[in-house]
Amino acid sequence: MAATALDSEITKSDKYSILLPTYNEKENLPIIIWLIVKYLDNTDYDYEVIIIDDGSPDGTLDVAKQLQKIYGSHKIVLKPREKKLGLGTAYIHGIKHATGNFIIIMDADLSHHPKFIPKFIDLQREHDYDLVTGTRYVDEGGVYGWDFKRTRGLRCYEIYFRVLLQWWQKQLKTATHSNIKFKFTIYKKLYKKDILQKLIDSCVSKGYVFQMEMIIRARQLDYTIGEIPITFVDRVYGESKLGGSEIFQFAKALLYLFATT
Amino acid sequence: MTKLLEWISVISAVFAVWYSIVGGYVKHPIIDNNISIILVSPIIFVILFGLYAATVVLYRVFTFNNCEEAAKELQAEIAEARKDLLDKGMKF
Ligand SMILES: Nc1nc2c(ncn2[C@@H]2O[C@H](COP(=O)(O)OP(=O)(O)OP(=O)(O)O)[C@@H](O)[C@H]2O)c(=O)[nH]1
Ligand SMILES: [Mg+2]
Repeated sequence: MAATALDSEITKSDKYSILLPTYNEKENLPIIIWLIVKYLDNTDYDYEVIIIDDGSPDGTLDVAKQLQKIYGSHKIVLKPREKKLGLGTAYIHGIKHATGNFIIIMDADLSHHPKFIPKFIDLQREHDYDLVTGTRYVDEGGVYGWDFKRTRGLRCYEIYFRVLLQWWQKQLKTATHSNIKFKFTIYKKLYKKDILQKLIDSCVSKGYVFQMEMIIRARQLDYTIGEIPITFVDRVYGESKLGGSEIFQFAKALLYLFATT
Repeated sequence: MTKLLEWISVISAVFAVWYSIVGGYVKHPIIDNNISIILVSPIIFVILFGLYAATVVLYRVFTFNNCEEAAKELQAEIAEARKDLLDKGMKF
């Protein structure tokens, strides 16, 4: 009896810290915040949004300040940095200031729709997963706005990744047992905070490789992973921060992991 | 063991087997009758694997779900969000 009472105490005090790193997202930021509030205020879950802006020249921070005024500083937390220091360190910076025991990582560019957040949370609570990730590959999951070249590119990476790094690997433990073998990032997801911290600490690589190393580490550490089908709508406003060197970087990153893990 | 070492050990094991057959260290009538196939078998294997990979990639490209609905829904929500935020005093 005492144990169940304690359990419900703990779940009641669950808090979700949503990390939103931004760089030149002044058009997207108000929309994503509005959507997060819309879908989470519908639920009982306690949450905060931590905006980590890296001194965007387009004035994203001013937009963030306006939003903080509208929604309150308990909900919208601003942790800006002086200059562009990169996405990886932005997350580490955000985790340091997070007051929740769960961390949700998402892009500010509207490609990850906040309507999926309650589903992530529900699934995590149901099975007590260490982390929950989105998949574009089962049921109603998918992408929008990708041309043939880009889809082909993604598919090529998947197979390249699988052949190089996961050929003899045991499957990750997932609920749906979908094509997780093909999946090469588990970056933008829901995590138990301590698990995310451990994952980050166990990664040796920086920058882009980091995304891919995380899934490898998650497997090595035997974490349990849940999956939710998500749709991925390509960014509507603003520019992608990934240039043409992306392909080259990916390939290099995989080779690096190939030789070191 | 890193992935690189795993690969090197598997490939060298396979190569050792292949070489002992081609180099005539193992003798058997089946080997003698099929020696030309065995000689080119690594190339055949690479080609087959390439075909397999290309098929998988193409199949997965064409079966990728295109979410028209999600995109439309998002557009509607963007309009709604802008309107609501303007009402709340947001300056875009
Ligand atoms: N704080 C901070 N945020 C960044 C930095 N680089 C990118 N971001 C943000 O991180 C998120 C992901 O960046 P994207 O440019 O969308 O990268 P992507 O999703 O891989 O690629 P696209 O969606 O095709 O543009 C967005 O919310 C960006 O604003 C950075 O150096 N610092
Ligand atoms: Mg994006």
